[in-house]
Amino acid sequence: MMLMKRREFLKAGAAAGAMASLYGCAAGSKAGGHVVVVGGGYGGATVAKYLRMWSQGSVQVTLVERNPTFISCPISNLVIGGTKTMEDITVSYDNLKSKWGVRVIQDDVVAVDAAKRSVRLAKGGDLSYDRIVLSPGIDFMFDQIPGLNNAAAQEKILHAWKAGAQTVALRKQLEAMPDGGTFAVAIPKAPYRCPPGPYERACLVADYFKKSKPKSKVVILDANEDVQSKKGLFMKAWADLYKGTLEYRPNSEVKDVDVATNTAILEFDKFKADVLNVIPPHRAGSIASQSGIKLINNRWVDINWLSMESTSTPGVHVLGDAVFPAPTMPKSGHMANQHGKLAAAAILNLLAGQEPNPAPVVMNTCYSFVDAKNVIHVASVHQYDAATKLVQPVKGAGGISAARNELEGKAAMGWAKNIWADMLA
Amino acid sequence: MKKLTQVAAACLLAAASTAHAADPNLGRNLAATCANCHGTNGKAVPGAGMDSLAGESKAKLLQKLADFKSGDKPASIMHQISKGYSDEQLALIAEYFAAQK
Ligand SMILES: Cc1cc2nc3c(=O)[nH]c(=O)nc-3n(C[C@H](O)[C@H](O)[C@H](O)COP(=O)(O)OP(=O)(O)OC[C@H]3O[C@@H](n4cnc5c(N)ncnc54)[C@H](O)[C@@H]3O)c2cc1C
Ligand code: HEC
Repeated sequence: MMLMKRREFLKAGAAAGAMASLYGCAAGSKAGGHVVVVGGGYGGATVAKYLRMWSQGSVQVTLVERNPTFISCPISNLVIGGTKTMEDITVSYDNLKSKWGVRVIQDDVVAVDAAKRSVRLAKGGDLSYDRIVLSPGIDFMFDQIPGLNNAAAQEKILHAWKAGAQTVALRKQLEAMPDGGTFAVAIPKAPYRCPPGPYERACLVADYFKKSKPKSKVVILDANEDVQSKKGLFMKAWADLYKGTLEYRPNSEVKDVDVATNTAILEFDKFKADVLNVIPPHRAGSIASQSGIKLINNRWVDINWLSMESTSTPGVHVLGDAVFPAPTMPKSGHMANQHGKLAAAAILNLLAGQEPNPAPVVMNTCYSFVDAKNVIHVASVHQYDAATKLVQPVKGAGGISAARNELEGKAAMGWAKNIWADMLA
Repeated sequence: MKKLTQVAAACLLAAASTAHAADPNLGRNLAATCANCHGTNGKAVPGAGMDSLAGESKAKLLQKLADFKSGDKPASIMHQISKGYSDEQLALIAEYFAAQK
């Protein structure tokens, strides 16, 4: 793109923006420009599609994703439990290309130069942009668990907290485990990706054991002092469905592992499992956490909730698990999708020289399976609050299921199919 | 350049007649928060068990949403979601879905 032209465009845009805010006007002008999106997961795929759809094709979008297909973390616990397959949770990027005109590049973004507004690709070459969106998800802080800080250990003690090869491998370990064995899942301190996810996994492995390996046990080693999501509903499922099979241990942070013996080393204790599944603490995906943009707690990106733009680095928008969450906001796929739409609307306004929508709303729902058919949900709605400059949970709205039920088992699959289509179809 | 100057002019004109600061795409943006379950623009994936909202009449949608809010219409989740939106926001959402063909 010609630099001169873009400069003029930006200047004119800024002028129109100033006027728009002055007169409270935001006429429906057309945005133009090029947006690069890094990461084609829940946040990135959504923002790519919505930028193309809402601009009616006038904004160019390039999506850079390292994987050849999208593989969903939601529903992946059912693959681990053995009632769904990898095929069920895999979706192609073809519609983003052919139907929405997104340029999809399978590569790794290795560096962002925010001053020059360009990114570097691993296979070589740079892409320049008017605005960039980072939705890289998470990366694990393996250095916090020294024994796990090497490739061989990571192939044996799995996280399966990014869906893909690790999901398949964990399922294989469970299938290979003799009856009478123990599966332990270790949860890091909050905040972590998908608060109810580890408890859902424990339930689905216990359900599999009950049906196929009835002498086997599930142990949850939780670094937190209590169940982090849907506590009453999960505890009731454990008592009703998995008494004698599933054991919950709070305040059990894994400090290290002994890989040879599959042993989790806690502060005062040790725990040896046949299949040890450690979810290490994580932070914003490295392209976000290592690009010099402002972080909170050295882990999550500080963003402006009107635009999802970094508070330190103009032109860089960040979505999904990588951001420092607003109050009570979970790191979920549902929420990353909502971030994607908030950002798409804001970016189109900004590219057209207008202020972002001053009253954004996002909402969340996490469905969790407690067995192959019964599901529980937690939902919340978050409205922008000008006083705190945060999206705040609406009091009296949202909540949890009255009880686990099969109807929501169907709704959970309906949610999955619709959100995958909303991102990728 | 030309396009943006025109926009600015249009802005001034609009500013002369209205004084509100709402984004003209507010209805679109709010309705998009429902798409995770009810499909992009309210067109749900066929056979996935979620209701399509596209093309429903505004009055019918608003009545259902009011009944979810009040608890008159039994629901697994919509009573909790609808309470998160003001009546004005629900009206914008219903108008947007009603206009989808
Ligand atoms: C077991 C499990 C169950 C879950 N269940 C649910 C659920 O039921 N409901 C729910 O809402 N959420 C659920 N989640 C959470 C959900 O998966 C995440 O919150 C969501 O994926 C976050 O979206 P994201 O866009 O931030 O990251 P992701 O979806 O992880 O996408 C990030 C993408 O970026 C790519 N990427 C990263 N860095 C680069 C780079 N430098 N260059 C190129 N590509 C890059 C990655 O390959 C990846 O595809 C679950 C998570 C797990 C692990
Ligand atoms: C997490 C999934 C989910 C989200 C998000 C969601 N809905 Fe729903 N919706 C449902 C389910 C499930 C039902 C069936 C009633 C129930 O069990 O709550 C439903 C039913 C409805 C109905 C009644 C449909 C009919 O034909 O009877 C309307 C109207 C509706 N929703 C509107 C909305 C609006 C507007 C939003 C966004 C503000 C929204 N929904 C967001 C899951 C969702």
